[in-house]
Amino acid sequence: MIRSLPNSPIYKTGFRIYIILFYIFLVMPLLTVAVLAFNDSSFIALPWNGFTLDWFYINTDERLGLLADENLLLSIWTSFETGFLVALFSTIVGTIAALLFEEENFRFKGFLYFLALSPLVIPGVILGISILISSTVLGTYMETNFGMDIEWLRPSFWLVVIGQFSFGATYVMLLVSARLKKFDRTLEEAALSLRATRLQAIWHVTIPYLRPAIIGAFVVAFLISFSNFNTTIFLAGSDPTLPIDLYSRIKFSSTPVLNAVSFLIVSAITLFAIFNLVLNRNK
Amino acid sequence: MKKNNLTLYLLLAPVLLWLILLIVLPHIDLFISSFKFENDEGIMVWSLNNYLAFFEDEIYWLTFLKTAFYSIAVTALAFAITFPVAFYLSKVVSLKYSGFMTLLLLIPIWVGELVTIYGWMILLSDNGVINHFLIYIGIIDTPINMLYTDFSMTIGLVYMSMLFMIIPVMSALDSLDDNLIEAASDLGASKWMIFKQIIIPYAMPGIASGSIIVFMLIIGDYVAPNILGGKSSLWFTEQIYNEFLATFNWNEGAAFGFMLLFLSSAIIWLALKLSGQKLERVGS
Repeated sequence: MIRSLPNSPIYKTGFRIYIILFYIFLVMPLLTVAVLAFNDSSFIALPWNGFTLDWFYINTDERLGLLADENLLLSIWTSFETGFLVALFSTIVGTIAALLFEEENFRFKGFLYFLALSPLVIPGVILGISILISSTVLGTYMETNFGMDIEWLRPSFWLVVIGQFSFGATYVMLLVSARLKKFDRTLEEAALSLRATRLQAIWHVTIPYLRPAIIGAFVVAFLISFSNFNTTIFLAGSDPTLPIDLYSRIKFSSTPVLNAVSFLIVSAITLFAIFNLVLNRNK
Repeated sequence: MKKNNLTLYLLLAPVLLWLILLIVLPHIDLFISSFKFENDEGIMVWSLNNYLAFFEDEIYWLTFLKTAFYSIAVTALAFAITFPVAFYLSKVVSLKYSGFMTLLLLIPIWVGELVTIYGWMILLSDNGVINHFLIYIGIIDTPINMLYTDFSMTIGLVYMSMLFMIIPVMSALDSLDDNLIEAASDLGASKWMIFKQIIIPYAMPGIASGSIIVFMLIIGDYVAPNILGGKSSLWFTEQIYNEFLATFNWNEGAAFGFMLLFLSSAIIWLALKLSGQKLERVGS
């Protein structure tokens, strides 16, 4: 049953076949889009018409490749900008939240912690519509009472950042908290007894200890932002992020350029994963 | 103690701003606007009409019920499919490969739902890879219609959620001492007994948090039902999207949003009660 126990060959082989089937199931969609990115055809699926790199760069009437498609490039860039800002804000506030809930005691702590975890159990759709409604309410209020037209309160780039940050901070908080739980408090106490202020102790002792978790959380927040659809669709304005752009293309105008984008995403993530594996192995 | 208080307030301020401005107030606004209704004179009044619309129109509450049952069933399916894999990775496969195989599980998560669901669309379509393969090996002559059905939707939902089940279950199983299983085996317990009496109870916290995450992902999903599902496989989130992005009836959409929030919270609350777990544990 486990490594140290003897097993019947049938059990062993059966289990192994199941695992292989599972991994085929896992890899198939990724492999399919990656391979079909090089299909010399105007349709996203089969049949295979031979190898081409058209869908990466060509610019003709019939075919528009990835590098020639300005709208697509723009939405990729928007996703990078959004991801970076969301990761930055989420990392700052999420880390502060982790310090607050792990190290401080105050009234209503349990209730606040529950609120901070709530984005895990609120569907992304609801987060999206609630932020859309309240920003619209606030925008209308500012306009009727102060005559101020605040652009970012309408669906726009900044509203997407705000919306994604609202749950990104939760994930950062959880990742940083996990490392903070293993922190040796006596180190902080030593700093305090050497006359560091509480903030100095946090900045010079606790934060350096948390650094790997903070960097990891930044990357996770970026990836969550980069692939988010459910919340973003309500908040995006005229400059959509990549998932929003991909969605409308899949629904209304799918060409193999979608396969080319998918190929790039899959390759980038795979390289990143291998890099991560090698890095951890060296440690 | 004054210094300590200063630190507390400095840490508390940004967290309070985040939670009040982006979590509490928006949900209060959502709640209020779900009770607002534009009457015949075009004036906004307090009313229950948005909620009544939900019960009056069959398609809304039928979709609601279908979404609830499907979400529970797909969560169970995701568990059944992934539990052997989680067990294999933490207890069976040699340590040399487990790191690499676990890493492979993360790639579809990081790639994102849009791309993987798009991949399934290509796999399952009439001109897709699976139909071509089946015709090639001679099992069928004409393509089977798999895309735009409940079947394709279920595959998409399982695929995009199942990996969030494996990871918590694996981390629960990792701390299970192999000696327990060996001892049971030495005392003559069958595999099924060991599975039922030792492994499942031990993995329960992981199973509970995995199930909750998976259930939330499924019930709140839009991409898989919308891209892979057919006309008959309506999902409740699609009704909310339509209210907001097609018919622009935000107040009714807000009411539907609250119904969804109520439904998911109620099911999760029930599941936590039944399994004796706590929400605080789910996060870790």
